[in-house]
Amino acid sequence: MFEHLDAIMLARIQFAFTVSFHFFFPAFSIGLASYLAVLEGLWLKTGKQLYLDLFKYWLKIFAIVFAMGVVSGIVMSYQFGTNWSVFSDLAGPVVGPLMAYEVLTAFFLEAGFLGVMLFGMNKVGKKLHYFATLMVAIGTFVSAFWILSVNSWMQTPVGFEMAANGQFLPGDSWWDIVFNPSFPYRLVHTVMAAYLTTAFVVGGVGAWHLLKDKTDAHARKMFSMAMWMAAIVTPAQIFAGDLHGLNTLEHQPAKVMAMEGHFESHPDGAPLILFGIPDSEEKTVHYAIQIPKLSSLILKHDLNAPLDGLDTIPDDEEPPVGMVFWSFRIMVGIGFAMLGVGLWSLFARFRGRLYEWPWLHRAALVMGPSGFVAVLAGWITTEVGRQPYVVYGLLRTSDAASPLAAPAVAASLLSFIIVYFAVFGVGVWYVLRLMAKCPSTGETGAKRGDTGPIRTAGITPGPTQDPGSEETLPIGKGAS
Amino acid sequence: MDLTVIWAFIIAFAIFAYVVMDGFDLGIGILFPTFAVGRERDRAMNSIAPVWDGNETWLVLGGGGLFAAFPLAYAVILPATYPLIIAMLLGLVFRGVAFEYRWRDPGHRQLWDMAFTGGSLVAAMAQGMTLGALLQGIEVVDRSYAGSWFDWFTPYTLLCGLGVVAGYALLGSTWLIWKLDGEEQGHARKLALRSGIATLALMGVVSLYNMTLNPEYAAHWLAAPQIYFVAPVPLLTAAIAFFMFRAITRDGNSKPFWLAITLFFFGMAGLGVTIWPYAVPPDISIWDAAAPERSQIFMLVGVAITMPLIIGYTAWAYWVFRGKVDQDGYH
Repeated sequence: MFEHLDAIMLARIQFAFTVSFHFFFPAFSIGLASYLAVLEGLWLKTGKQLYLDLFKYWLKIFAIVFAMGVVSGIVMSYQFGTNWSVFSDLAGPVVGPLMAYEVLTAFFLEAGFLGVMLFGMNKVGKKLHYFATLMVAIGTFVSAFWILSVNSWMQTPVGFEMAANGQFLPGDSWWDIVFNPSFPYRLVHTVMAAYLTTAFVVGGVGAWHLLKDKTDAHARKMFSMAMWMAAIVTPAQIFAGDLHGLNTLEHQPAKVMAMEGHFESHPDGAPLILFGIPDSEEKTVHYAIQIPKLSSLILKHDLNAPLDGLDTIPDDEEPPVGMVFWSFRIMVGIGFAMLGVGLWSLFARFRGRLYEWPWLHRAALVMGPSGFVAVLAGWITTEVGRQPYVVYGLLRTSDAASPLAAPAVAASLLSFIIVYFAVFGVGVWYVLRLMAKCPSTGETGAKRGDTGPIRTAGITPGPTQDPGSEETLPIGKGAS
Repeated sequence: MDLTVIWAFIIAFAIFAYVVMDGFDLGIGILFPTFAVGRERDRAMNSIAPVWDGNETWLVLGGGGLFAAFPLAYAVILPATYPLIIAMLLGLVFRGVAFEYRWRDPGHRQLWDMAFTGGSLVAAMAQGMTLGALLQGIEVVDRSYAGSWFDWFTPYTLLCGLGVVAGYALLGSTWLIWKLDGEEQGHARKLALRSGIATLALMGVVSLYNMTLNPEYAAHWLAAPQIYFVAPVPLLTAAIAFFMFRAITRDGNSKPFWLAITLFFFGMAGLGVTIWPYAVPPDISIWDAAAPERSQIFMLVGVAITMPLIIGYTAWAYWVFRGKVDQDGYH
């Protein structure tokens, strides 16, 4: 299966595979943790059972997603050393401390308060429990902060000195390293992407239950909250994405050339290629459908501004164009589809038909998993667009790998593929099974009877377990 | 004392914290098949469910900290023990999700219980063998691993792996003595006695083996004047083992667990004396592997601020779930 691939390509596939799989979970749990904090906050403020029901419903799902994120995340923290040991040795003095800060300020915070968040409400009371929920939510954000700082430094490395042995050493300001030029843009764009991913999942679940029963109060609340997010955050996200693109143009022009499919320079206004088939051999885009001068307008805010193409970049410094070109279009396409649903929902809301418009619900249902696709496509755009470098312009990916033989990497890659699909496939199935059930009034809380075990995997029985009735006590009643 | 030494102690502390905290989680996983299906298994699982995730985070600090503070050591050890690290990670995947999945899917609970045990066993064995592979020495040329594929697979590393498996079983069973009562506590005492004997025997064999691995190791222990300073380590270990077995067989409640941790502490102190001052024996010292001072200082500030907080809220989380665990959870 892998005989025509060398060890470096295999290591790249392995990293891409494990990080892509991992990314699905935090992309969801960052937003979901905040959503849970909002729901619990609303419950504490209004005392409405509805919010508590929704909180407990999504908490069960959060527990499974978070666990999958944890175990796939530990793999990531070791992948740098196992497969990219030269990178680790050379860049460790700069990126290592940022990752250490992630562990110290985020991972411990999340893990430390997770146990209390999941089933400590009866033991610590409402307020402390809410504090634990907030800590978990903050932890997920802080984690994104540090790891995106690391990634951004690899994209736009600044603030370092080169040692004689080739190591990157920190310069005199860590601030410069942490807040490197692409970091603020990437952080905002990625965190909003995580929020949107969650919003569309919540909206999709709400829509699914509205299609079955449009009067259901829980489904209505979920759907309404999600659609507010879609209507407000999507335009902001598109704006942030545009700024991020301009930042990339400034620091990594070759990536933007690949995104745009600009093989040639355009001295007086570059066209926006909507679709086409990029061909790196022929250095052209076949069957291109393009709008003249629009790319210059978007990127330079001037119809006639000159834009360089990949012809100005040496061949061995070009990223793979096809992959970047396509993944970028998938991301942008989904972004505009999200905007469409958001605007549609606003229109429906003001017409009083938010809960009465099955086609809107069907659209929201279809868009339910779209955030994951967009996040992954965006990630591929930025990571593949950085190639052939791992530290942009300074350290080539091909010079960064561990001294491992191809069969060793192939064997581990196969193991990851088999285990991940099996284990996380089952996990996703459990999550879908939970989502298929509509939240109910008095959504089951921590079981305090004689059969309910305590566990991190949610505080309520799975759908296959009989929730029972007499031994099940909702958290709200138990705690208040 | 220079910063590199401070960092060596911080990493050692993180590894020690991981070994004892996730050690008892993994030990319970290893011993899981000996527990009766139903009540005993559920109680054992419940006793660690609220804390295992935090415990496992110390492994990320150990790995991430090594990356940050001793990047060269990280870059050499991980490729050298590649199959072990991958096996450990996959083992931890199975172990971690089993916590969640076994309750979600009673129809396949047996399967996830097997995954829990298998994952724990593989992770523990791989961790022990990695330790062994480090102690026996790693071949390095030009800042890079230069050994062959199976250098990590020797009788010595197998012994180290078994030692860690036995040690984790000891931690797990003494934890259960503390958290369970009645018949199940009696069962845990039996398991603690057996795994305690196995742990001590393997610790002894590995310690003696260490003397033959590298003349420097032996010199750390046997040459004068060091011998006067280090001789108390094995003697204290023996004394602690005596009190531990007494607490296990009599009516110690939390005592066996704390004494098992103390035993581990001396075991690790012994390994520290053996390996000092190398990050990767036989060639790379901690100073060779250390990150530059600016990295060390930057992180030290973070550790100084966050570590007391981390220890504080971790202790609080344990306190929230204190006491004997019921089959039906904590009240």
